[in-house]
Amino acid sequence: MATALKQDDQGGGPAGNAENVVVRFAGDSGDGMQLTGGQFTLSTALAGNDLATFPDFPAEIRAPQGTLFGVSAFQINFGSRVIETAGDQPDVLIAMNPAALKTNVQEVRPGGLVIADEGEFGKRNLDKAHYDSNPLEDGSLAKWKLLKLNISQLTLDAVKPFGLGNKEALRCKNMWTLGLALWMFEREREPVIKWLKEKFAKLPEIANANIAALNAGHAYGETAEISGDGLGGGHLPTHRIKAAPATPGVYRTVTGAEAISQGLVAGAQLAGLPMFFGGYPITPASAILHHLSRLKEFGVTTFQAEDEIAAITAAIGASYAGSLGITSSSGPGIALKGEAMGLAIMTELPLVIVNSQRGGPSTGLPTKTEQSDLYQAVFGRNGDAPMPVIAARSPGDAFECAIEAVRIAVQYMTPVMLLTDGYIANAAEPWKIPDVNTLEPFPVSFQETMPEGGLMPYGRDEKLARPWIKPGTPELMHRIGGIEKGLNTGHIDYGPANHQAMTEIRRDKVLGVADSIADQELAYGKPGAKLAVVGWGSTFGPIHQAVLRASEAGADVSHVHIRNIWPMPKNLGDLLKSFDRIIVPEMNTGQLKTILRDQFLVDAKPVNKVSGQPFTIGEVEAAIQEALA
Amino acid sequence: MTKITTLKDWETDQEVRWCPGCGDYAILKAVQRTMPDLGVRPEDTVFISGIGCSSRFPYYMETYGFHTIHGRAPAVATGTKLANPDLDVWIITGDGDALSIGGNHTMHLLRRNLDCQLMLFNNEIYGLTKGQYSPTSREGTHSPSTPYGSVDRPASPCAFALGAGARFVARGIDVHKGLPDVLKAAHAHKGTSFIEIFQNCIVYNKDVFEEFAAKKTAADTQLHLVDGEPMLFAKGAKGITLNHKTLQLEVVDVADGDWEAAGVIVHDVTNRSVAHMLVEMQFGEFPMALGVLYDDPRPTFEAAVVAQNEASSVGKTPDLQALLNKGQKWTVDEKDGPEL
Repeated sequence: MATALKQDDQGGGPAGNAENVVVRFAGDSGDGMQLTGGQFTLSTALAGNDLATFPDFPAEIRAPQGTLFGVSAFQINFGSRVIETAGDQPDVLIAMNPAALKTNVQEVRPGGLVIADEGEFGKRNLDKAHYDSNPLEDGSLAKWKLLKLNISQLTLDAVKPFGLGNKEALRCKNMWTLGLALWMFEREREPVIKWLKEKFAKLPEIANANIAALNAGHAYGETAEISGDGLGGGHLPTHRIKAAPATPGVYRTVTGAEAISQGLVAGAQLAGLPMFFGGYPITPASAILHHLSRLKEFGVTTFQAEDEIAAITAAIGASYAGSLGITSSSGPGIALKGEAMGLAIMTELPLVIVNSQRGGPSTGLPTKTEQSDLYQAVFGRNGDAPMPVIAARSPGDAFECAIEAVRIAVQYMTPVMLLTDGYIANAAEPWKIPDVNTLEPFPVSFQETMPEGGLMPYGRDEKLARPWIKPGTPELMHRIGGIEKGLNTGHIDYGPANHQAMTEIRRDKVLGVADSIADQELAYGKPGAKLAVVGWGSTFGPIHQAVLRASEAGADVSHVHIRNIWPMPKNLGDLLKSFDRIIVPEMNTGQLKTILRDQFLVDAKPVNKVSGQPFTIGEVEAAIQEALA
Repeated sequence: MTKITTLKDWETDQEVRWCPGCGDYAILKAVQRTMPDLGVRPEDTVFISGIGCSSRFPYYMETYGFHTIHGRAPAVATGTKLANPDLDVWIITGDGDALSIGGNHTMHLLRRNLDCQLMLFNNEIYGLTKGQYSPTSREGTHSPSTPYGSVDRPASPCAFALGAGARFVARGIDVHKGLPDVLKAAHAHKGTSFIEIFQNCIVYNKDVFEEFAAKKTAADTQLHLVDGEPMLFAKGAKGITLNHKTLQLEVVDVADGDWEAAGVIVHDVTNRSVAHMLVEMQFGEFPMALGVLYDDPRPTFEAAVVAQNEASSVGKTPDLQALLNKGQKWTVDEKDGPEL
């Protein structure tokens, strides 16, 4: 059925197949495109498709209406095979105004479907989008199938019985559009209706108007006689995408921010600790603060601090008192926290720092994604200040990574940085809900009695971790701080031999984390292949798909995706040396590449993209072909 | 309070590293002397400091201690107290630490009203970095960074504190015998107790407070505030009154001890309006106001946080599996298809 939309191999799926479809909703910031996309995602997940999403919105909350920079878009790729990216090119674009059309249409696959709300294509909006003539009329969209609908008017007609003002009535446009999209892909309306009733429980007329708009959009798809260009048959095509094969189990959709929050809660529980979260609002990290603020029954205390520095230092103060201290931010905020990370390293207190990376430097691209904080995470502090770094590859993976970060922090008495990015934080994917009984506990034991031989606050266990002694414990009073600590005693000690010894201990302790992490596995392929594509973080999806495709086409290529950025898995060097060639696609100018070259003396070649947008599969595929040429 | 400790219990075995003659020694002794009178235990006591000469203080107290980073002690203390509200938290800071690099944290600590004592050692100079002028240095201060004299106006610590919402503001002098009483009042106050202590940096800013700190002239230059007592100084020959026309404080002569006739104000530590005037009194025209300037408790930050944490947990079980299961779910069965 979907072949009407999938006539060539330029879409997100393999040649000639209709295994997946990429749909992008685009409109003004105020048009509710993120909500529309989110609800479409839920309905799609409930239909059993695998999916990946890419919300892309402006940094301005409400940019002036109708402007090019005020366009907000939501892309979803869903299908009957495993989906790992939000898709390279949309097959369907739903544009709610001229600005949304202009900023998005060029990415639509030639031959793809463009649905535009012609009610919004008046002179004023065309001017704002810098169109000299109406693109719906002047033939400039000829390479796509165009469907013009007066969604604004159709919505007004549908909600008329509810007596809303014009402005409020037009707010239902997104639900009308969603109704149409649900019909096109044979999705259920029930979950959306249920959601609307809950969301507007106190405003039943608004709920009913939105439901009416949704139903009207759905009915329109079903009954309207369309004279759309080239769609044939007079009807909209419908696309049944069958359920994706998946490991049996119970699934839900999850965003990275949710998964990290829940992983941190799980980690605290596995460690047997109350959690203290210090945060300061920053895009795109704030969502974690929001999630955790609602989980107080799990022993979570959240603290919105006066600044990034207070957020981390309060978390350190809480760890000092025996809680699991956590802080979270994004690039610029992480930079501000740098000195305090050094304090946590020096005082050897557990701490988890979550960095939802965005485009930089400085304020950079607040709502766009990038992986350019890897150097900052591994090296970005004064002095020799080693710190374990973990990178999540997807929203679902972020849950496990958060638990792992907590485990390392408490077992090694060290701050740990967990890297995610704007893409992972906001994107949703189906997630097989873990069985909490299968999670391995790692209970913390505080030192509570005077050890034989006297108190040694900087004495060490076999992991080189010092004891965690909470204030309030009788007899074990001691002082800690950022000044160099004497071996074992923890007294102030500037001595040259002592600093040498303590620096080496801090280094060795962190390197020793490698003893407790899993060996590096191959995400695809085998050791010794002609080419390895090595990645980290949210580039997993495009790299994996590109490697699969290249491999299907006969290339000898493997995929290595590194979770433990520092220290690296012990077998990684040997594994990398087994390949003839290595390329490292990263959304930066070559940061992991540099570390791999430094650590293992391998000839890793960079493949870089810093446009604020994720890699497309095609881009990685092209890099593979070039590397093998 | 029952004494459960003696002075010795509060002294560490650490070598004190302040310059000989530094006012910090006197403050340390005053604190160590006061602790047994508070009826508290060393293991429940935490001294948290920032960076600077003053901030070495925790090393010399036989309690839990955390020497943190420049300016951030209030934020560290906030995390510590929220994590364990039973701890007795003391913040040790200086004029540069609390009002320059850490001014933001000091402000927010005060406005939130975390239950702790903040002792600001004010010596009007950066000592540890070798003598640059500080945010409390007077205009025209000559220092390595201001060889022609400083041109910026100084901050007034107590006025800053009150403006930030402090509910307890007090002043003391390092070597003054009244300091322990100020510390006791600060400890008794629930909420952030802000104590400015004039501390003599004998190396870089020697005797900068001598005009009012000198013992010889103290009677005429110091106003010792006591709740419920008239604001008298110069052995009762002078007092502080309110000019009802200008709504400003004035110094008045008191004849024959009849302070009431002279209109001398009775100190009421809960009077915020008068507190604002007291912290603005300029030395010279006025004596230096010492002791507890203001003390009017309000609910504390940590109590509010704990109460909200408890209230929002009522009737909820911390069921991790249920949390993960939230939202709409679907099941994929063995036959590779979804079931709604």
